[in-house]
Amino acid sequence: MVPITTLHYLVVAAALFVLGVIGVLTRRNVVIVLMSIELILNAVNLNLVAFSRMWGNLNGQVFAIFIVVDAAAEAAVGLGILIAFFRNKETINVDEIDLLKW
Amino acid sequence: MIPVATPWFFYVLAGLAVASGLAVITRRNAVHSALALIVTLLSVAGLYLMLYAPFVAGVQIIVYAGGIMVLFLFVIMLVNIDRAAKERQFNRMWPVGLVAAGTLFALFLSAFLKGKGLFPDRMMRLAEASNTQEIANMLYGEAGRMGQYTFAFEIASLLLLVAILGAVIMTKKKI
Amino acid sequence: MLNSFMSYLGSTVTPGEAGNQFWALIYVLIIFTGVSVAVICMNWLERKALAHFQVRLGPMRVGPHGLLQPIADALKLMLKEDIIPAEADQFVFWIAPLIGLLAAFTVYTVIPFGPSQAVSDMNIGILFMLGVSSLGVLGIVVAGWASNSHYPLIGALRSSAQMVSYEVAMGLAVVSAILMTSMNASGTGTLSMIGIVQAQQQQGVWFIFKFFPLGFIAFAIFAIAMVAETNRAPFDLAEAESELTAGFHTEYSGLRWSLFMLAEYAAMIAVSSIAVTLWLGGWMRPFPNLLHAPAWDFIFSLFPGITFGGLAAIAFIGTARMPSHSFFKIQRIGLAVFAALLGFLALLLLVIAVAGHSADASLAARFREGIDYVYWFVLKVAVFMYLFIWYRATWPRYRFDQLMKIGWKVMLPISIGVLMLTAIWALVEPPLWEWMRAHI
Repeated sequence: MVPITTLHYLVVAAALFVLGVIGVLTRRNVVIVLMSIELILNAVNLNLVAFSRMWGNLNGQVFAIFIVVDAAAEAAVGLGILIAFFRNKETINVDEIDLLKW
Repeated sequence: MIPVATPWFFYVLAGLAVASGLAVITRRNAVHSALALIVTLLSVAGLYLMLYAPFVAGVQIIVYAGGIMVLFLFVIMLVNIDRAAKERQFNRMWPVGLVAAGTLFALFLSAFLKGKGLFPDRMMRLAEASNTQEIANMLYGEAGRMGQYTFAFEIASLLLLVAILGAVIMTKKKI
Repeated sequence: MLNSFMSYLGSTVTPGEAGNQFWALIYVLIIFTGVSVAVICMNWLERKALAHFQVRLGPMRVGPHGLLQPIADALKLMLKEDIIPAEADQFVFWIAPLIGLLAAFTVYTVIPFGPSQAVSDMNIGILFMLGVSSLGVLGIVVAGWASNSHYPLIGALRSSAQMVSYEVAMGLAVVSAILMTSMNASGTGTLSMIGIVQAQQQQGVWFIFKFFPLGFIAFAIFAIAMVAETNRAPFDLAEAESELTAGFHTEYSGLRWSLFMLAEYAAMIAVSSIAVTLWLGGWMRPFPNLLHAPAWDFIFSLFPGITFGGLAAIAFIGTARMPSHSFFKIQRIGLAVFAALLGFLALLLLVIAVAGHSADASLAARFREGIDYVYWFVLKVAVFMYLFIWYRATWPRYRFDQLMKIGWKVMLPISIGVLMLTAIWALVEPPLWEWMRAHI
């Protein structure tokens, strides 16, 4: 078998990234859009850690930890916005969340 | 430590990650999507372990799979309306999205294949036993100096505080 | 294959370190069987101990003194009808107990029964433990949602909110114990479980007694948080029968319910093992430094045999006290056989202790050491199990808002305070010793 190189990890990360992008662009359920954003962040993390291994440097891993922290904060705020919106208008459909002010 | 059966583990974990990523974006039921995302997160944690990053893998399992996904499941339960499950799942413009994403993927693959010579053949082996210690040195500093990322660490904790306050204030019924 | 079998014997690292898959599999099977047997014994002990606490006898009929009751319970649960609610989500309903079971059993890969008796000593052992036990919350949330009924949903939300709240205090208590591992000569701590016990060995003190009273307060916080984490009394509002008709596992019947019970007891044993490893010295015998003469080593190595001998004696006395009526003949014979088995085991352990009492590397000495390590570890965990049952018998239940108030307003500030004080003490202590050595 061909030994596993950095390229393999990058291709996996690119696949996860593209799946996340498809989720963000095509799904109508807000929660699933937020979950696709988490997929994108994970793909970026995988990329960073793979490169950190390639160069033998730990900067990539520290940056990945910061991205995980950031994703946690963003998920909390995003879901808070969703709940606040859901209280006003009983829908979780992105197509119906289209009014600037009502 | 002697790694065993590395290509087999890589293909299993990578296949599982991509397959459950596909399940995340295609399931009609949001809870099924969340469970598939948990599988994705755990397999990506396994990939981190293969990349000699045990601390990042631990952080991923604790924060992502054990914290953020519980948050997602709570919110799915709170906003679960049956009407959403019977509606159309995908946008009307889904072919455009698919084509755009496909183009993006082709762009990625062509960039990787063109720059194949940039990636060295043998990946360096990071020392696994002292991984946590070295990350701690970068984050907190050592021998009396500030670490490379100490300031960023403090800003990150401030960010978390602001996020917590924001989430609480936004979801309160009466401020 | 025989090569991989023989090449590991006599090694001083765990099978995970040695890369030996065969022995790692054997250890996994042993742990799986051991935990299942322990859960069965826990079931019996809980019913008997609760009964005796409440001045009644408990199960007495099924085997002598109810010893075969857990087997009857298991048979009953397996033969019950498997009911799935009509509108429930089939796939999620099926997978929820498995998630809980997975989370509970995966923790056992890092639990050290001895210096090389663990499945795999990961460098981030304690981090792995914290992460995997937080996956158990997902099983409960998903189980409550999949039942498509009010009581399970409320029970699941309450239960998972409680578990998530007490996880924070648990994690901070663990961090303050890890801080103490860095007080050794080289100044670097370790996250690996075997390394934590070895740090206690090197520093010559169990972490519960270190920096007194900080180690003790951290241990107390972890002990309370672990009871709340496993949804046991007095924090069992989410699953008590009188409150919520059994909470998140209301709609589960038969084998699925028994999987939840298995996951709960396995999680109890797992967090008790974590507490024992972090604060109570893991596999070390009591007083390793105060009484370290070879004579004391020999006396302490007789303890396994004496314990089983005591149990055999109790069983024999029970046999003698049984009424000599023809109805009880089978029970008397059964109890006598059980007592004889225990006595035989005691004799075997005493022989091994005596034969291996010298400190060389002969086979008997290695056996004796291994048995001693496992015995002290299991004894400490068994004390914790008995404490779990004692808490359930004695204390009334907390109301849910009182529970959350304690978790966030009492345990979290105390654990943060303990962490800060431990860090300050750990920083101040070595220069203080230097100053004292120079000036006194």
